[in-house]
Amino acid sequence: MCRNKMIWNPERECAEREQMRALQSRQLSAMIQRMCDHVPFYRDRLKERGIEPGDIRSVDQLKSLPFTTKADLRDNYPFGLFTVRQNDVVRIHASSGTTGKPTVVGYTRQDIDIWAEMVARSLTMADIHSGDTIQIAYGYGPFTGGLGLHYGAEKVGATVIPISSGNTRKQLQFMTDFNATILACTPSYAAHLGESILKEGISPKDIKLRAGVFGAEPWSNEMRREIEKLLHIKAYDIYGLSEVIGPGVSMECECQCGNHVFEDHFIPEIIHPETLEVLPDGEIGELVFTTVSKEAMPLLRYRTRDLTRLHREKCDCGRTLVRMEKCLGRTDDMLIIRGVNVFPSQVESVLMEMSETSPHYQLIVRRENNLDTLEVLVEIDEKNWSDSIRELEGIRRRIDHNIKSLLGISAIIRLVEPNSIERSEGKAKRIIDHRKKGV
Amino acid sequence: MHIQQLSIFLEDRSGRLTELTRILAEHDINITALNLAETTDYGIVRMVVGRPALAKEVLEKAGFSIRLTDVACVNIPDEPGSLYRVLKILTEENINVDYMYAFSNRDVALAVIRTADISGVAGILEKRGVKLLSQRDIYQL
Repeated sequence: MCRNKMIWNPERECAEREQMRALQSRQLSAMIQRMCDHVPFYRDRLKERGIEPGDIRSVDQLKSLPFTTKADLRDNYPFGLFTVRQNDVVRIHASSGTTGKPTVVGYTRQDIDIWAEMVARSLTMADIHSGDTIQIAYGYGPFTGGLGLHYGAEKVGATVIPISSGNTRKQLQFMTDFNATILACTPSYAAHLGESILKEGISPKDIKLRAGVFGAEPWSNEMRREIEKLLHIKAYDIYGLSEVIGPGVSMECECQCGNHVFEDHFIPEIIHPETLEVLPDGEIGELVFTTVSKEAMPLLRYRTRDLTRLHREKCDCGRTLVRMEKCLGRTDDMLIIRGVNVFPSQVESVLMEMSETSPHYQLIVRRENNLDTLEVLVEIDEKNWSDSIRELEGIRRRIDHNIKSLLGISAIIRLVEPNSIERSEGKAKRIIDHRKKGV
Repeated sequence: MHIQQLSIFLEDRSGRLTELTRILAEHDINITALNLAETTDYGIVRMVVGRPALAKEVLEKAGFSIRLTDVACVNIPDEPGSLYRVLKILTEENINVDYMYAFSNRDVALAVIRTADISGVAGILEKRGVKLLSQRDIYQL
Protein backbone atom coordinates (compact mmCIF):
# COMPACT_ATOMS: atom_id res chain seq x y z
CA MET A 1 0.00 0.00 0.00
CA CYS A 2 1.07 3.53 -0.63
CA ARG A 3 1.90 5.49 2.48
CA ASN A 4 2.38 8.73 0.63
CA LYS A 5 -0.62 10.64 -0.60
CA MET A 6 1.33 12.75 -3.07
CA ILE A 7 1.16 10.21 -5.87
CA TRP A 8 -0.61 11.12 -9.10
CA ASN A 9 -1.52 7.59 -10.20
CA PRO A 10 -1.02 5.23 -7.25
CA GLU A 11 -2.54 2.27 -9.07
CA ARG A 12 0.26 2.38 -11.63
CA GLU A 13 3.08 3.96 -9.62
CA CYS A 14 2.68 1.57 -6.68
CA ALA A 15 1.69 -1.55 -8.62
CA GLU A 16 2.90 -4.94 -7.43
CA ARG A 17 5.70 -6.36 -9.60
CA GLU A 18 3.59 -9.15 -11.09
CA GLN A 19 0.78 -6.75 -11.90
CA MET A 20 3.28 -4.43 -13.64
CA ARG A 21 4.82 -7.29 -15.61
CA ALA A 22 1.39 -8.47 -16.77
CA LEU A 23 0.58 -4.96 -17.98
CA GLN A 24 3.96 -4.64 -19.71
CA SER A 25 3.56 -8.03 -21.40
CA ARG A 26 0.09 -7.17 -22.70
CA GLN A 27 1.24 -3.84 -24.02
CA LEU A 28 4.44 -5.22 -25.56
CA SER A 29 2.51 -7.86 -27.45
CA ALA A 30 0.07 -5.27 -28.79
CA MET A 31 2.93 -2.91 -29.75
CA ILE A 32 4.75 -5.61 -31.73
CA GLN A 33 1.50 -6.34 -33.58
CA ARG A 34 1.03 -2.65 -34.43
CA MET A 35 4.62 -2.34 -35.59
CA CYS A 36 4.39 -5.37 -37.86
CA ASP A 37 1.07 -4.21 -39.27
CA HIS A 38 2.20 -0.72 -40.18
CA VAL A 39 6.01 -0.34 -40.35
CA PRO A 40 8.01 -2.25 -42.97
CA PHE A 41 11.23 -1.51 -41.07
CA TYR A 42 10.11 -3.41 -37.95
CA ARG A 43 8.31 -6.13 -39.94
CA ASP A 44 11.56 -6.91 -41.80
CA ARG A 45 13.74 -6.74 -38.71
CA LEU A 46 11.55 -9.21 -36.84
CA LYS A 47 11.18 -11.46 -39.84
CA GLU A 48 14.98 -11.68 -40.17
CA ARG A 49 14.99 -13.24 -36.72
CA GLY A 50 12.08 -15.52 -37.50
CA ILE A 51 9.77 -13.71 -35.12
CA GLU A 52 6.06 -13.56 -35.90
CA PRO A 53 4.05 -10.88 -34.10
CA GLY A 54 1.96 -13.48 -32.28
CA ASP A 55 5.09 -15.04 -30.75
CA ILE A 56 5.69 -12.24 -28.29
CA ARG A 57 3.52 -12.67 -25.22
CA SER A 58 5.78 -11.84 -22.30
CA VAL A 59 8.05 -9.01 -21.30
CA ASP A 60 10.66 -11.73 -20.65
CA GLN A 61 10.95 -12.12 -24.43
CA LEU A 62 12.10 -8.52 -24.82
CA LYS A 63 15.75 -9.54 -24.70
CA SER A 64 15.34 -11.62 -27.86
CA LEU A 65 14.11 -8.65 -29.89
CA PRO A 66 16.23 -6.38 -32.10
CA PHE A 67 17.47 -2.93 -31.04
CA THR A 68 16.58 0.39 -32.63
CA THR A 69 19.21 3.12 -32.87
CA LYS A 70 19.36 6.79 -33.70
CA ALA A 71 20.73 5.81 -37.11
CA ASP A 72 17.52 3.83 -37.75
CA LEU A 73 15.48 6.95 -36.98
CA ARG A 74 17.63 8.93 -39.38
CA ASP A 75 17.35 6.29 -42.13
CA ASN A 76 13.57 6.44 -41.84
CA TYR A 77 13.46 10.24 -41.74
CA PRO A 78 11.02 11.85 -41.35
CA PHE A 79 7.91 9.64 -40.85
CA GLY A 80 9.06 6.13 -41.77
CA LEU A 81 8.61 4.70 -38.27
CA PHE A 82 5.11 6.11 -37.66
CA THR A 83 2.54 3.41 -36.99
CA VAL A 84 -0.49 5.66 -37.55
CA ARG A 85 -1.81 7.66 -40.48
CA GLN A 86 -0.89 11.30 -40.76
CA ASN A 87 -4.40 12.48 -39.73
CA ASP A 88 -3.98 10.77 -36.36
CA VAL A 89 -0.74 12.67 -35.67
CA VAL A 90 -1.53 15.83 -33.73
CA ARG A 91 2.02 17.02 -33.05
CA ILE A 92 5.54 16.65 -34.37
CA HIS A 93 8.67 17.39 -32.32
CA ALA A 94 12.22 17.25 -33.57
CA SER A 95 15.50 17.24 -31.70
CA SER A 96 18.30 19.58 -32.65
CA GLY A 97 20.34 17.47 -35.01
CA THR A 98 23.93 18.41 -34.22
CA THR A 99 25.03 15.77 -36.71
CA GLY A 100 22.95 15.47 -39.86
CA LYS A 101 19.18 15.33 -39.89
CA PRO A 102 17.03 16.10 -36.85
CA THR A 103 15.31 13.25 -35.03
CA VAL A 104 11.56 13.44 -35.68
CA VAL A 105 8.93 12.19 -33.24
CA GLY A 106 5.15 12.15 -33.77
CA TYR A 107 2.39 12.16 -31.17
CA THR A 108 -1.27 11.16 -31.37
CA ARG A 109 -3.86 12.80 -29.13
CA GLN A 110 -3.45 9.89 -26.71
CA ASP A 111 0.36 10.20 -26.77
CA ILE A 112 0.05 13.85 -25.81
CA ASP A 113 -2.36 12.94 -22.98
CA ILE A 114 -0.03 10.24 -21.67
CA TRP A 115 2.91 12.64 -21.87
CA ALA A 116 0.99 15.23 -19.86
CA GLU A 117 0.21 12.56 -17.29
CA MET A 118 3.89 11.54 -17.08
CA VAL A 119 4.87 15.14 -16.37
CA ALA A 120 1.96 15.51 -13.93
CA ARG A 121 3.22 12.40 -12.09
CA SER A 122 6.72 13.92 -12.13
CA LEU A 123 5.65 17.30 -10.77
CA THR A 124 3.55 15.59 -8.09
CA MET A 125 6.68 13.70 -7.01
CA ALA A 126 8.25 17.10 -6.33
CA ASP A 127 5.12 18.19 -4.45
CA ILE A 128 4.21 20.69 -7.15
CA HIS A 129 0.49 21.34 -7.34
CA SER A 130 -2.30 23.84 -7.90
CA GLY A 131 -1.26 27.04 -6.16
CA ASP A 132 2.31 26.87 -7.47
CA THR A 133 3.57 29.19 -10.16
CA ILE A 134 5.97 27.43 -12.48
CA GLN A 135 8.41 29.36 -14.63
CA ILE A 136 9.19 27.17 -17.63
CA ALA A 137 12.57 28.31 -18.93
CA TYR A 138 13.07 25.32 -21.19
CA GLY A 139 12.97 26.19 -24.86
CA TYR A 140 9.51 26.11 -26.44
CA GLY A 141 9.39 24.83 -29.99
CA PRO A 142 10.40 21.59 -31.67
CA PHE A 143 12.54 20.80 -28.56
CA THR A 144 10.38 18.78 -26.15
CA GLY A 145 11.43 20.55 -22.93
CA GLY A 146 9.13 23.58 -22.99
CA LEU A 147 5.86 22.11 -24.24
CA GLY A 148 6.44 18.85 -22.33
CA LEU A 149 6.65 20.60 -18.98
CA HIS A 150 3.87 22.96 -20.01
CA TYR A 151 1.09 20.42 -20.47
CA GLY A 152 1.99 18.52 -17.30
CA ALA A 153 2.12 21.72 -15.25
CA GLU A 154 -1.32 22.72 -16.51
CA LYS A 155 -2.60 19.24 -15.72
CA VAL A 156 -1.61 19.51 -12.05
CA GLY A 157 -3.28 22.93 -11.98
CA ALA A 158 -0.18 25.06 -11.50
CA THR A 159 0.04 28.59 -12.90
CA VAL A 160 2.36 28.43 -15.90
CA ILE A 161 4.77 31.17 -17.01
CA PRO A 162 5.75 29.95 -20.50
CA ILE A 163 8.79 32.21 -20.74
CA SER A 164 10.97 29.74 -22.73
CA SER A 165 14.77 29.85 -22.56
CA GLY A 166 17.16 32.80 -22.71
CA ASN A 167 16.80 36.49 -21.89
CA THR A 168 18.11 36.26 -18.35
CA ARG A 169 17.04 39.76 -17.35
CA LYS A 170 13.42 39.06 -18.26
CA GLN A 171 13.60 35.70 -16.48
CA LEU A 172 14.60 37.47 -13.26
CA GLN A 173 11.94 40.12 -13.67
CA PHE A 174 9.15 37.56 -14.20
CA MET A 175 10.49 35.40 -11.40
CA THR A 176 10.28 38.24 -8.89
CA ASP A 177 7.20 40.10 -10.19
CA PHE A 178 5.03 36.99 -10.74
CA ASN A 179 6.21 35.20 -7.55
CA ALA A 180 7.35 32.05 -9.32
CA THR A 181 7.62 29.16 -6.83
CA ILE A 182 8.99 26.56 -9.25
CA LEU A 183 11.71 26.85 -11.89
CA ALA A 184 12.00 24.36 -14.76
CA CYS A 185 15.05 24.53 -17.06
CA THR A 186 18.41 22.91 -17.74
CA PRO A 187 20.67 22.66 -14.67
CA SER A 188 23.37 24.80 -16.27
CA TYR A 189 20.84 27.55 -16.96
CA ALA A 190 19.59 27.27 -13.37
CA ALA A 191 23.15 27.85 -12.15
CA HIS A 192 23.46 30.77 -14.53
CA LEU A 193 20.22 32.31 -13.23
CA GLY A 194 21.39 31.80 -9.64
CA GLU A 195 24.64 33.63 -10.36
CA SER A 196 22.77 36.39 -12.16
CA ILE A 197 20.54 36.91 -9.11
CA LEU A 198 23.66 37.47 -7.01
CA LYS A 199 25.23 39.71 -9.62
CA GLU A 200 22.12 41.86 -10.01
CA GLY A 201 21.95 42.18 -6.23
CA ILE A 202 18.37 40.90 -6.07
CA SER A 203 17.33 40.31 -2.47
CA PRO A 204 16.55 36.66 -1.61
CA LYS A 205 13.31 38.02 -0.07
CA ASP A 206 12.07 38.87 -3.57
CA ILE A 207 12.59 35.33 -4.85
CA LYS A 208 9.80 32.94 -3.88
CA LEU A 209 11.24 29.81 -5.53
CA ARG A 210 11.05 26.66 -3.43
CA ALA A 211 11.83 23.90 -5.92
CA GLY A 212 13.29 23.35 -9.36
CA VAL A 213 12.75 20.65 -11.98
CA PHE A 214 15.92 20.32 -14.00
CA GLY A 215 16.91 18.05 -16.85
CA ALA A 216 17.88 17.69 -20.53
CA GLU A 217 21.59 17.38 -19.70
CA PRO A 218 23.57 15.25 -17.27
CA TRP A 219 24.44 16.89 -13.95
CA SER A 220 26.14 15.70 -10.80
CA ASN A 221 24.87 15.69 -7.23
CA GLU A 222 27.50 18.31 -6.42
CA MET A 223 26.02 20.55 -9.10
CA ARG A 224 22.65 19.93 -7.46
CA ARG A 225 23.96 21.16 -4.11
CA GLU A 226 25.47 24.22 -5.80
CA ILE A 227 22.15 25.10 -7.49
CA GLU A 228 20.22 24.45 -4.26
CA LYS A 229 22.55 26.80 -2.40
CA LEU A 230 22.44 29.51 -5.07
CA LEU A 231 18.65 29.53 -5.44
CA HIS A 232 17.64 28.34 -1.93
CA ILE A 233 15.49 25.56 -3.40
CA LYS A 234 15.20 21.80 -3.55
CA ALA A 235 16.40 20.67 -6.98
CA TYR A 236 14.80 17.64 -8.65
CA ASP A 237 16.08 15.71 -11.64
CA ILE A 238 13.64 15.03 -14.45
CA TYR A 239 14.84 12.74 -17.20
CA GLY A 240 13.64 12.28 -20.70
CA LEU A 241 14.58 12.19 -24.32
CA SER A 242 12.52 13.27 -27.27
CA GLU A 243 12.70 9.88 -29.00
CA VAL A 244 10.90 8.27 -26.04
CA ILE A 245 8.51 11.15 -25.27
CA GLY A 246 10.46 14.15 -23.90
CA PRO A 247 10.77 15.09 -20.22
CA GLY A 248 8.77 12.76 -17.97
CA VAL A 249 10.36 9.41 -18.78
CA SER A 250 11.61 9.27 -15.20
CA MET A 251 11.66 11.58 -12.21
CA GLU A 252 13.12 11.85 -8.74
CA CYS A 253 10.83 11.64 -5.72
CA GLU A 254 11.52 13.44 -2.44
CA CYS A 255 13.87 10.60 -1.36
CA GLN A 256 16.22 11.59 -4.20
CA CYS A 257 17.59 8.08 -4.54
CA GLY A 258 17.37 7.80 -8.30
CA ASN A 259 14.64 8.56 -10.81
CA HIS A 260 11.49 6.44 -10.90
CA VAL A 261 10.97 5.23 -14.46
CA PHE A 262 7.35 5.23 -15.61
CA GLU A 263 7.77 1.64 -16.69
CA ASP A 264 4.09 1.07 -17.35
CA HIS A 265 4.81 3.08 -20.53
CA PHE A 266 8.58 2.92 -21.01
CA ILE A 267 10.24 -0.40 -20.20
CA PRO A 268 13.91 0.15 -19.32
CA GLU A 269 16.78 -2.28 -19.79
CA ILE A 270 20.52 -1.88 -19.22
CA ILE A 271 22.80 -3.42 -21.81
CA HIS A 272 26.53 -3.69 -22.29
CA PRO A 273 27.25 -1.06 -24.96
CA GLU A 274 29.56 -3.38 -26.90
CA THR A 275 28.34 -6.95 -26.37
CA LEU A 276 24.69 -5.72 -26.24
CA GLU A 277 23.92 -8.26 -23.52
CA VAL A 278 21.33 -7.35 -20.92
CA LEU A 279 23.07 -6.55 -17.63
CA PRO A 280 21.67 -7.36 -14.18
CA ASP A 281 20.23 -4.64 -11.93
CA GLY A 282 22.95 -2.58 -10.29
CA GLU A 283 25.42 -2.78 -13.16
CA ILE A 284 26.32 0.26 -15.23
CA GLY A 285 25.58 0.14 -18.90
CA GLU A 286 23.59 1.73 -21.70
CA LEU A 287 19.95 2.50 -21.01
CA VAL A 288 17.46 1.06 -23.51
CA PHE A 289 13.73 1.84 -23.71
CA THR A 290 10.77 0.11 -25.27
CA THR A 291 7.85 2.52 -25.43
CA VAL A 292 4.99 0.07 -25.22
CA SER A 293 2.04 2.47 -25.07
CA LYS A 294 3.18 4.93 -27.73
CA GLU A 295 0.74 5.14 -30.62
CA ALA A 296 2.32 7.38 -33.25
CA MET A 297 5.90 6.20 -33.04
CA PRO A 298 6.59 3.33 -30.66
CA LEU A 299 10.23 2.31 -30.31
CA LEU A 300 11.51 -1.21 -29.82
CA ARG A 301 14.57 -1.44 -27.54
CA TYR A 302 15.77 2.04 -28.40
CA ARG A 303 19.41 2.62 -27.41
CA THR A 304 19.54 5.95 -25.57
CA ARG A 305 23.37 6.09 -25.32
CA ASP A 306 22.88 7.25 -21.72
CA LEU A 307 24.91 5.35 -19.15
CA THR A 308 23.31 4.48 -15.82
CA ARG A 309 22.11 1.55 -13.72
CA LEU A 310 18.76 0.33 -12.37
CA HIS A 311 17.61 -0.42 -8.81
CA ARG A 312 14.47 -2.24 -7.79
CA GLU A 313 14.67 -2.12 -3.99
CA LYS A 314 11.58 -0.54 -2.48
CA CYS A 315 11.67 3.23 -2.22
CA ASP A 316 10.56 5.01 0.94
CA CYS A 317 8.11 7.13 -1.06
CA GLY A 318 5.93 4.06 -1.59
CA ARG A 319 6.37 3.82 -5.35
CA THR A 320 7.36 0.44 -6.71
CA LEU A 321 8.57 1.80 -10.06
CA VAL A 322 12.12 0.79 -10.96
CA ARG A 323 14.68 3.53 -10.34
CA MET A 324 17.52 4.67 -12.59
CA GLU A 325 20.53 6.48 -11.19
CA LYS A 326 21.50 9.90 -12.40
CA CYS A 327 23.12 9.43 -15.79
CA LEU A 328 26.87 9.11 -15.55
CA GLY A 329 27.14 10.55 -19.04
CA ARG A 330 26.43 9.50 -22.59
CA THR A 331 28.26 6.77 -24.36
CA ASP A 332 29.32 9.48 -26.82
CA ASP A 333 30.36 11.97 -24.07
CA MET A 334 32.67 9.36 -22.72
CA LEU A 335 36.22 10.33 -23.54
CA ILE A 336 38.77 7.60 -23.91
CA ILE A 337 42.06 9.14 -22.84
CA ARG A 338 45.09 6.91 -22.93
CA GLY A 339 42.71 3.95 -22.80
CA VAL A 340 40.89 5.20 -19.70
CA ASN A 341 37.17 6.04 -19.76
CA VAL A 342 36.64 9.60 -18.57
CA PHE A 343 33.30 11.33 -17.98
CA PRO A 344 33.00 15.09 -17.55
CA SER A 345 30.73 14.40 -14.56
CA GLN A 346 33.69 12.87 -12.69
CA VAL A 347 35.77 16.02 -13.10
CA GLU A 348 32.77 18.06 -12.01
CA SER A 349 32.40 16.06 -8.81
CA VAL A 350 36.05 16.78 -7.90
CA LEU A 351 35.62 20.51 -8.43
CA MET A 352 32.32 20.73 -6.58
CA GLU A 353 33.96 19.41 -3.45
CA MET A 354 36.38 22.34 -3.38
CA SER A 355 35.21 25.74 -2.18
CA GLU A 356 38.01 27.68 -3.89
CA THR A 357 36.95 26.79 -7.41
CA SER A 358 33.71 27.29 -9.30
CA PRO A 359 31.73 24.53 -11.03
CA HIS A 360 32.76 25.99 -14.37
CA TYR A 361 35.29 23.90 -16.19
CA GLN A 362 36.25 22.71 -19.62
CA LEU A 363 38.10 19.61 -20.73
CA ILE A 364 40.46 19.96 -23.66
CA VAL A 365 41.83 16.79 -25.19
CA ARG A 366 44.72 16.76 -27.63
CA ARG A 367 46.98 14.22 -29.16
CA GLU A 368 50.65 15.13 -29.02
CA ASN A 369 53.27 12.72 -30.36
CA ASN A 370 50.65 9.96 -30.43
CA LEU A 371 49.88 10.50 -26.77
CA ASP A 372 46.53 11.80 -25.51
CA THR A 373 46.70 14.79 -23.21
CA LEU A 374 43.93 16.10 -21.00
CA GLU A 375 43.88 19.72 -20.02
CA VAL A 376 41.33 20.91 -17.47
CA LEU A 377 40.50 24.60 -17.32
CA VAL A 378 39.02 25.55 -13.96
CA GLU A 379 37.67 28.94 -13.02
CA ILE A 380 38.75 30.22 -9.62
CA ASP A 381 35.85 31.22 -7.40
CA GLU A 382 34.90 34.84 -7.97
CA LYS A 383 34.72 35.72 -4.27
CA ASN A 384 36.90 33.18 -2.67
CA TRP A 385 40.32 33.31 -4.32
CA SER A 386 43.59 34.01 -2.63
CA ASP A 387 46.19 36.40 -3.99
CA SER A 388 48.93 34.21 -2.62
CA ILE A 389 50.66 32.12 -5.29
CA ARG A 390 51.43 29.53 -2.65
CA GLU A 391 47.73 29.02 -1.93
CA LEU A 392 46.69 29.06 -5.58
CA GLU A 393 49.34 26.50 -6.43
CA GLY A 394 48.14 24.44 -3.48
CA ILE A 395 44.63 24.45 -4.93
CA ARG A 396 45.96 23.50 -8.35
CA ARG A 397 47.92 20.62 -6.87
CA ARG A 398 44.87 19.40 -4.94
CA ILE A 399 42.72 19.37 -8.09
CA ASP A 400 45.54 17.61 -9.88
CA HIS A 401 45.83 15.01 -7.15
CA ASN A 402 42.08 14.43 -6.78
CA ILE A 403 41.53 14.07 -10.52
CA LYS A 404 44.44 11.70 -10.78
CA SER A 405 43.21 9.53 -7.94
CA LEU A 406 39.65 9.45 -9.31
CA LEU A 407 40.38 8.96 -13.00
CA GLY A 408 43.69 7.16 -12.81
CA ILE A 409 45.29 9.48 -15.35
CA SER A 410 47.06 12.77 -14.89
CA ALA A 411 45.78 16.00 -16.34
CA ILE A 412 47.20 19.46 -16.86
CA ILE A 413 45.23 21.75 -14.55
CA ARG A 414 44.99 25.41 -15.48
CA LEU A 415 43.37 27.97 -13.23
CA VAL A 416 41.59 30.64 -15.23
CA GLU A 417 39.73 33.85 -14.47
CA PRO A 418 36.14 33.78 -13.23
CA ASN A 419 33.59 34.04 -16.05
CA SER A 420 36.18 33.30 -18.72
CA ILE A 421 34.71 29.95 -19.80
CA GLU A 422 31.73 30.44 -22.06
CA ARG A 423 28.37 30.24 -20.29
CA SER A 424 25.52 28.50 -21.96
CA GLU A 425 21.88 29.42 -21.81
CA GLY A 426 21.06 25.96 -23.10
CA LYS A 427 23.47 23.07 -22.84
CA ALA A 428 26.98 23.36 -21.47
CA LYS A 429 29.99 22.89 -23.69
CA ARG A 430 32.28 20.91 -21.44
CA ILE A 431 34.50 19.13 -23.89
CA ILE A 432 36.78 20.25 -26.69
CA ASP A 433 38.30 17.20 -28.32
CA HIS A 434 40.91 18.25 -30.86
CA ARG A 435 41.57 14.62 -31.74
CA LYS A 436 38.33 14.48 -33.73
CA LYS A 437 39.58 17.00 -36.26
CA GLY A 438 41.81 14.34 -37.72
CA VAL A 439 44.94 15.87 -36.21
CA MET B 1 47.09 51.68 10.17
CA HIS B 2 46.93 49.55 7.06
CA ILE B 3 45.98 50.20 3.47
CA GLN B 4 44.18 48.31 0.76
CA GLN B 5 46.06 46.76 -2.08
CA LEU B 6 44.43 45.67 -5.34
CA SER B 7 45.04 42.05 -6.23
CA ILE B 8 44.20 41.00 -9.78
CA PHE B 9 44.17 37.47 -11.15
CA LEU B 10 45.42 37.53 -14.73
CA GLU B 11 45.37 34.66 -17.13
CA ASP B 12 48.45 34.37 -19.25
CA ARG B 13 47.02 36.14 -22.29
CA SER B 14 48.90 38.77 -24.19
CA GLY B 15 47.80 42.35 -23.64
CA ARG B 16 45.96 41.77 -20.35
CA LEU B 17 48.36 43.87 -18.29
CA THR B 18 48.31 46.62 -20.91
CA GLU B 19 44.52 46.60 -20.85
CA LEU B 20 44.56 46.83 -17.07
CA THR B 21 46.82 49.88 -17.05
CA ARG B 22 44.86 51.51 -19.89
CA ILE B 23 41.66 51.40 -17.81
CA LEU B 24 43.42 52.91 -14.80
CA ALA B 25 44.90 55.63 -17.02
CA GLU B 26 41.48 56.44 -18.44
CA HIS B 27 40.14 56.97 -14.94
CA ASP B 28 43.12 59.03 -13.88
CA ILE B 29 44.17 56.52 -11.21
CA ASN B 30 47.83 56.70 -10.28
CA ILE B 31 49.80 53.56 -9.51
CA THR B 32 52.16 54.02 -6.57
CA ALA B 33 53.61 50.50 -6.50
CA LEU B 34 53.11 47.38 -8.59
CA ASN B 35 54.30 43.83 -8.33
CA LEU B 36 53.61 40.96 -10.74
CA ALA B 37 54.00 37.41 -9.46
CA GLU B 38 53.81 34.94 -12.27
CA THR B 39 53.44 31.20 -12.79
CA THR B 40 53.49 29.47 -16.15
CA ASP B 41 49.71 29.84 -16.56
CA TYR B 42 48.63 32.93 -14.71
CA GLY B 43 49.89 35.89 -12.78
CA ILE B 44 48.81 37.88 -9.76
CA VAL B 45 49.19 41.63 -10.03
CA ARG B 46 49.37 43.42 -6.71
CA MET B 47 49.32 47.17 -6.68
CA VAL B 48 48.92 50.16 -4.47
CA VAL B 49 46.90 52.94 -6.04
CA GLY B 50 45.54 56.27 -4.89
CA ARG B 51 41.86 55.34 -5.07
CA PRO B 52 41.52 51.55 -4.59
CA ALA B 53 37.71 51.42 -4.35
CA LEU B 54 37.27 53.32 -7.61
CA ALA B 55 39.97 51.21 -9.27
CA LYS B 56 38.20 48.02 -8.17
CA GLU B 57 34.90 49.24 -9.52
CA VAL B 58 36.15 50.26 -12.96
CA LEU B 59 38.29 47.15 -13.38
CA GLU B 60 35.46 44.83 -12.36
CA LYS B 61 33.24 46.55 -14.86
CA ALA B 62 35.85 45.72 -17.49
CA GLY B 63 35.73 42.06 -16.50
CA PHE B 64 38.84 41.76 -14.32
CA SER B 65 38.87 39.59 -11.19
CA ILE B 66 39.81 41.93 -8.40
CA ARG B 67 40.03 41.69 -4.69
CA LEU B 68 41.14 44.18 -2.10
CA THR B 69 43.80 42.84 0.24
CA ASP B 70 44.86 44.50 3.48
CA VAL B 71 48.58 45.27 3.55
CA ALA B 72 50.92 47.47 5.57
CA CYS B 73 52.91 50.12 3.75
CA VAL B 74 55.95 51.08 5.80
CA ASN B 75 57.82 54.29 5.20
CA ILE B 76 61.49 53.87 6.10
CA PRO B 77 64.60 55.97 5.57
CA ASP B 78 66.33 55.33 2.24
CA GLU B 79 69.53 54.02 3.84
CA PRO B 80 71.24 50.67 4.49
CA GLY B 81 69.73 48.64 7.33
CA SER B 82 66.33 50.30 7.52
CA LEU B 83 64.38 47.37 6.01
CA TYR B 84 66.36 45.01 8.22
CA ARG B 85 65.16 46.86 11.29
CA VAL B 86 61.50 46.42 10.26
CA LEU B 87 61.84 42.73 9.41
CA LYS B 88 63.75 42.10 12.64
CA ILE B 89 60.72 43.36 14.55
CA LEU B 90 58.44 40.98 12.62
CA THR B 91 60.76 38.04 13.31
CA GLU B 92 60.94 38.90 17.00
CA GLU B 93 57.16 39.03 17.11
CA ASN B 94 56.92 35.71 15.28
CA ILE B 95 55.10 37.23 12.30
CA ASN B 96 55.41 35.50 8.96
CA VAL B 97 55.62 37.60 5.78
CA ASP B 98 53.43 36.16 3.00
CA TYR B 99 54.91 38.44 0.37
CA MET B 100 56.35 41.92 0.06
CA TYR B 101 57.66 44.37 -2.48
CA ALA B 102 59.66 47.53 -1.96
CA PHE B 103 61.05 50.51 -3.81
CA SER B 104 62.90 53.70 -3.01
CA ASN B 105 63.85 56.98 -4.54
CA ARG B 106 65.77 59.85 -3.05
CA ASP B 107 62.94 61.08 -0.84
CA VAL B 108 61.22 57.97 0.32
CA ALA B 109 61.61 54.20 0.69
CA LEU B 110 58.43 52.18 0.91
CA ALA B 111 57.84 48.48 1.53
CA VAL B 112 54.43 46.86 1.05
CA ILE B 113 54.10 43.90 3.39
CA ARG B 114 51.40 41.24 3.51
CA THR B 115 50.98 39.09 6.62
CA ALA B 116 48.08 37.43 8.33
CA ASP B 117 46.16 39.74 10.75
CA ILE B 118 47.48 42.87 9.11
CA SER B 119 45.83 45.37 11.46
CA GLY B 120 47.41 43.67 14.48
CA VAL B 121 50.79 43.68 12.77
CA ALA B 122 50.38 47.34 11.79
CA GLY B 123 49.69 48.19 15.45
CA ILE B 124 52.84 46.35 16.58
CA LEU B 125 55.01 48.10 14.00
CA GLU B 126 53.68 51.53 14.91
CA LYS B 127 54.21 50.87 18.59
CA ARG B 128 57.83 50.05 17.79
CA GLY B 129 58.26 53.32 15.95
CA VAL B 130 57.88 52.25 12.32
CA LYS B 131 56.09 54.82 10.21
CA LEU B 132 53.15 53.45 8.20
CA LEU B 133 51.45 55.23 5.35
CA SER B 134 47.71 55.76 5.30
CA GLN B 135 45.47 55.60 2.23
CA ARG B 136 45.47 59.40 2.23
CA ASP B 137 49.29 59.50 2.31
CA ILE B 138 49.35 57.21 -0.73
CA TYR B 139 46.88 59.39 -2.58
CA GLN B 140 49.07 62.41 -1.95
CA LEU B 141 52.33 60.75 -2.98
